[in-house]
Amino acid sequence: MHGFRMHDFRLPSTVASLTAACLALTGCGGAESAPDAPTSPAASSGAAASSAPAAALTVHDAWVKAADEGMTAAFGTLVNHTGAAVTITSASTPASPKVELHEVAGSGGEMTMRPVEGGFTVPAKGRLELRPGGFHIMLMDLAEPIRPGDQVAFTLRLAGGGTVEFTALGKSFQGANENYEPGAGR
Amino acid sequence: MDRNPTRRALFVGGAAAAVAAAAACRADRRADRPAAPARTPDVVPFHGAHQAGIATPPQVHAVFVAFDLRPGTDRAALGRLMRLLTDDARRLTAGRQGLADAQPELADRPARLTVTFGFGPGLFAKAKLRDRQPRLDLPRFSIDRLEDRWSGGDLLVQLCADDAVTLAHALRLIVKDARDFAAVRWTQRGFRRNQPAGQTQRNLMGQLDGTVQPADLDKAVWISDGPEWLRGGTVMVLRRISMDLEKWDEADEGAKAFAVGRDLRTGAPLTGKAEHDEPDFTAKDELGFPVISDNAHIRLARAADPALRMLRRGYNYDESISRDGVADSGLLFVSYQADLHRQFVPVQRRLAASDLLNLWTTPVGSAVFALPPGCGPGGWIGETLLA
Repeated sequence: MHGFRMHDFRLPSTVASLTAACLALTGCGGAESAPDAPTSPAASSGAAASSAPAAALTVHDAWVKAADEGMTAAFGTLVNHTGAAVTITSASTPASPKVELHEVAGSGGEMTMRPVEGGFTVPAKGRLELRPGGFHIMLMDLAEPIRPGDQVAFTLRLAGGGTVEFTALGKSFQGANENYEPGAGR
Repeated sequence: MDRNPTRRALFVGGAAAAVAAAAACRADRRADRPAAPARTPDVVPFHGAHQAGIATPPQVHAVFVAFDLRPGTDRAALGRLMRLLTDDARRLTAGRQGLADAQPELADRPARLTVTFGFGPGLFAKAKLRDRQPRLDLPRFSIDRLEDRWSGGDLLVQLCADDAVTLAHALRLIVKDARDFAAVRWTQRGFRRNQPAGQTQRNLMGQLDGTVQPADLDKAVWISDGPEWLRGGTVMVLRRISMDLEKWDEADEGAKAFAVGRDLRTGAPLTGKAEHDEPDFTAKDELGFPVISDNAHIRLARAADPALRMLRRGYNYDESISRDGVADSGLLFVSYQADLHRQFVPVQRRLAASDLLNLWTTPVGSAVFALPPGCGPGGWIGETLLA
């Protein structure tokens, strides 16, 4: 496959989720979903409390690597509140006309990333972490720079037809420099 | 660390309430999971009417970092910067990793971390908000030997924690997020004894330093009038005071007590027996001289009106030792006050004019910042000015 180095097309910087970036569709979404803060109060997770009906899926700690142009990636934690697996089939953002759901595979120094076949699946009552070196949302061609501190809107499309929106915070980040193999995984 | 019964009780109460609230939420949805262990009371709540790190009982370690905003860091960019830094502070003070935190392993011990932000005069100029700047100017004091490398700054971040590793991690994350917008102007590190919060600290000259503090912070520290955006905030002064400890060594016990106006060991005023005895500034000795000298530090440092006392929260510094074995030691004098020119300036003028301690101490750095009020869970520090 024609793998090429990430820095060739620049995965510029991170994306971050707005403090309150996570979209929480349930009142208490943040408290338990923040992977690193099992006991933290809902307030600090950035989850926006809402009295809306409980959502199937919430997104927490979302951020996007800041970049001037080309490609970049978004990360965060997807939490499934239902008793059935939830599949995300696609993602979109005004920041990039083309967005793909990716994974990083391989071992050692030769990690490559590639589109995930069938999208992201979040297990029943479980979570899926999108992080550098793992699953992530790939912005293929930035429409304009994502600067540190920018709040970038995203929409996830679920297999059942529903959508979930969240905001990610632009962050400078030195990592997330894996190779890209566009053909792999297809 | 914080063994002051009153403050500790308040603090534990707040943390416990937060944990309870989180647990209650979890129970709604996650009855199948065991409850997480209760957090130890080493979290200082980040959210509130005032920023944490001011009225907070001082932690053992502190680092103060001042930044110069880069050209192009305008009001909008400052909003993005403060959103980023607030997000870092909110997470790290709760013992959670930052977003894009490359060392998440270091985040799990909050150690009473506080992160406090201040705005210097240059920030108002660059944001084109000069009309909303409070007075942050100080007169030139005769004793000052100020160096640029310890003075000024557009943006201040004060980080305090009881654990030096926690502090280093927080500092790095904050600086990594700030450096796109600003260059580091200076970094000043300090330390205090690990002792109960109610107990007065000793500075490196051996004095008990900070015996007299304001009783009512709503009057002395928190701003309640003037520009709307700053209400609930305060003004901070950071003065780097170099100590000539070699020369101080030459003074005998009596001379030291005479200069300070207190017994060094007990901290008692020369007219009393215990540290918190009220000094009698009118008392005369058998020869008719004041027992507490006219030029004694405690006489000149005294605010006539207790409501005008500033809150002092200083840290010792002790940097490298010269080849000849002489230490670069001193005090990061840190005070918070609602009104710089009614509280800090008159005292500093008196001290500059005739304080006997000036024989041994020299201000080598000076910076003043407006500290915005605190924010809620969905907000960010500085939003009342910059949003």
